[in-house]
Amino acid sequence: MRARVHVFLKAGVLDVQGKAVENALHGLGWTGVSDVRVGKTIEFDLGGVDAGAAEAEVRRMCETLLANTVIEGYRIEIS
Amino acid sequence: MKAAVVVFPGSNCDRDCKVAVERSTGASVDMVWHAETALPAGLDLIVLPGGFSYGDYLRCGAMAALSPVMAEVRKAADRGVAVVGICNGFQVLCESGLLPGALLRNAALKYVCKPVELEIIRPDTRFTRAFGDRRRAVMTVGNGEGAFFADAETLARVEGEGQVVFRYADNPNGSLNDIAGLINAGGNVLGLMPHPDRSFEAELGSADGALLFQSLLETA
Repeated sequence: MRARVHVFLKAGVLDVQGKAVENALHGLGWTGVSDVRVGKTIEFDLGGVDAGAAEAEVRRMCETLLANTVIEGYRIEIS
Repeated sequence: MKAAVVVFPGSNCDRDCKVAVERSTGASVDMVWHAETALPAGLDLIVLPGGFSYGDYLRCGAMAALSPVMAEVRKAADRGVAVVGICNGFQVLCESGLLPGALLRNAALKYVCKPVELEIIRPDTRFTRAFGDRRRAVMTVGNGEGAFFADAETLARVEGEGQVVFRYADNPNGSLNDIAGLINAGGNVLGLMPHPDRSFEAELGSADGALLFQSLLETA
């Protein structure tokens, strides 16, 4: 089983990287682009974790290390 | 006074902190590797130094906050031992939950390295009492992710409980409410982005950082 965790700054937390990318896209002519957010994706094999428990286990990893929930939200995909 | 400086892989101000504390206070300062599971006995002060612990991977201070030694730092903080986190050390304190909030990338996306003027909001803490009647201090900042952030509710609490110790006179990085340094509710854990360890003698441009360390002598 493989987990994919997407981590993004929460709405309301200024994403200065996103702003810089947005400005660059505007400069290249994609002037309609808005609300760019830059996040990160963390992928890993889960080893022997039970399929039913996988999501809860990854959620614990997010809360403990992978995301700082003061500023970040996360989304988990298990495949 | 007895002090310890924690050394994480990627710390780069650890020796500066040792020299700054020694020369400012005459304290004996031990260096403690992050993998240690015990701190030296009888500490009055623990310093978490600046740098790029764990290469700033994942988030600044995130992995350092989970280092074995941090469990001991937390216990010491709970006992009332003074803990100062400087720059990356401040990030570690926030990541570990010993201080509220988080440090975000600077608003202008640039690494900022310069002396800054600070307003001393709380001259009555155990970290600031040696400043006496002074309400301004100059210390050097050097950070890329130094913009303090907390949600509105947390920010209101921090302000309401008088936990803001230092504010920037001219905000260099987009910190909310110009916050440069804050203290925990117990008054024994201080985090700040400016470097007292780079500002502790006149040859460095400012000796004000020495006053921060000397403040601790009165309780040591």
